[in-house]
Amino acid sequence: MSTAAVPATRLAPSLSDRLSTLIFSRRGLLPGLLILPPLLWFGIVYLGSLLSLLANAFFSIDEFSGAVVRDISFGNFVAIFSPTNLDVALRSTAMSLSVTAACIAIGFPIAYYMARHARGTGKALLYVAVMLPLWSSYLVRLYAWKLLLAKEGAISWVLQAVGLQWLLDGVLSLPVVGGSSLSFSPLGTFIVFVYMWLPFVILPIQAAIERIPASCLEASADLGAHPAQTFRKVIVPLAMPGIAAGSIFSFSLTLGDYIIPQVIGNSTLYIGQVVYRQQGVAGNLPFAAAFSLVPIVVIGVYLWLAKRKGAFDAL
Amino acid sequence: MPSSRRPRSAPGASWLLKTATWGGVLFLHVPLALIILYAFSSEDKSYVFPPPGLTTQWFAVTLGRTDVWAAVTLSVQVAALSTAIAIVLGTLAAGALARWQFFGRETISLLLILPLALPGVITGIALRSAYHTLEIPFSFWTIVVGHATFCVVVVYNNAVARLRRISPSLLEASMDLGANAFQTFRYVLLPQLGSALLAGGLLAFALSFDEVIVTTFTAGQQTTLPIWMVQELIRPRQRPVTNVVAVFIIALTFIPIVAAYWLTRSGEDGSAR
Repeated sequence: MSTAAVPATRLAPSLSDRLSTLIFSRRGLLPGLLILPPLLWFGIVYLGSLLSLLANAFFSIDEFSGAVVRDISFGNFVAIFSPTNLDVALRSTAMSLSVTAACIAIGFPIAYYMARHARGTGKALLYVAVMLPLWSSYLVRLYAWKLLLAKEGAISWVLQAVGLQWLLDGVLSLPVVGGSSLSFSPLGTFIVFVYMWLPFVILPIQAAIERIPASCLEASADLGAHPAQTFRKVIVPLAMPGIAAGSIFSFSLTLGDYIIPQVIGNSTLYIGQVVYRQQGVAGNLPFAAAFSLVPIVVIGVYLWLAKRKGAFDAL
Repeated sequence: MPSSRRPRSAPGASWLLKTATWGGVLFLHVPLALIILYAFSSEDKSYVFPPPGLTTQWFAVTLGRTDVWAAVTLSVQVAALSTAIAIVLGTLAAGALARWQFFGRETISLLLILPLALPGVITGIALRSAYHTLEIPFSFWTIVVGHATFCVVVVYNNAVARLRRISPSLLEASMDLGANAFQTFRYVLLPQLGSALLAGGLLAFALSFDEVIVTTFTAGQQTTLPIWMVQELIRPRQRPVTNVVAVFIIALTFIPIVAAYWLTRSGEDGSAR
């Protein structure tokens, strides 16, 4: 580049020109300047909050005044392992695992159809049909299920109309999952969780199946594999990163949610509800902080397992 | 696009697969359709199905409710400001992380995703404990800080995907022709990035407008629209009004979502062909 090409007006560089030259004068200065504001925000607001959460977990509460005592103690962590709290943690984890399994079972065929069979407009429509619920209002969708699952609601009405009321009554009388109506049973909570996170599971699986080269499947068929064998030995292993990625969403979202079990379900508590009540009604912020470390640890373990399945390559 | 782009290795889907797919789609959409039906129900004491009669009177009743309008106003203000902050921070982060390799790059991108990947209850209780420790009283700003934090990643994802598709030679050409960094950003980069930022911003707005879990920890006594909705869900007082509000929320969130989809889709098509 020669300076002769620079027009006369630019001989006296403007402020923005000089700043611009300054920015490019050192390697790494521009990305550094760009990343600085987000880094400060996340460093101070987010990491700062997480650190204060961790610190609070070691504090305790004065039983008489209700004020937070800022002395390090492990009382909260001992309390986590009390039978009641351990029960909540285990129940939440079990719910998260079963919701994840159901989401994969329902989501996989949809993802598979979207990736391998749908074409053109049909495919675009299917994509929108899955994506719309993902982004649309969580509360409105929850409300819809309150309407559907109510004793006088649509599901009861349909089952009565087709003469299957006995089936519903039978399911509701089961010990662990049943309740007075679908709206007040763990089964209802489970159905709503599955509904809520299903799109989060479908999309990564669909993306993973989409990436499987058609030549792999042809090779499998040419080598004499039955379609079922191809499915089991080629498609499922190659879709695994997508399944793992999708399952992270359903697992983590179920584990932390406290609105759904509060609206649909009986009075059994989940991790999120305990955290919310402890910091709110009970006013015990330190214990809430300590208890919120439980899902962090559980999700940490889950992420580690998912990483081994290649989930992060599919996100 | 003709189907010749891809070998037709997949034969026709079996009826079982088709049933599972369309059954799943129905499962996802019937509840939303039901909400719309209920907004017209004349029943105001229970969730009885089918509705005994249809009426439009609840729309007028809802429009006259000051508590609903106050909640809507607060939610719109929070979402607008959070989105603005998220667009600035998300674009800057995308600019730095899209092409440059540097130490800690992976950690930073993980940090951006974390507020959305971890359950909301953790972000919520973390912010709550920070406010408590620093003795910051709950305010409009305590909500915005939380929302902006988890909205950044949405803008970032859209911006970074677009930035990776923009050819570096375009920027080099601009610089070679004598434009400075700011001119290159304003006249070359921004027009290319615009629709991705708009899409990211729309999704961030929808996300913030609907967020309830983090908000319950950072709002104190303030009532955003989702908090109003949760109160109605737990202790229903005015079922018909809730039905109508639900329909409004569906309409309000569908517009940005579909617009965002259309914006990113046309961008992808443009560069792919």
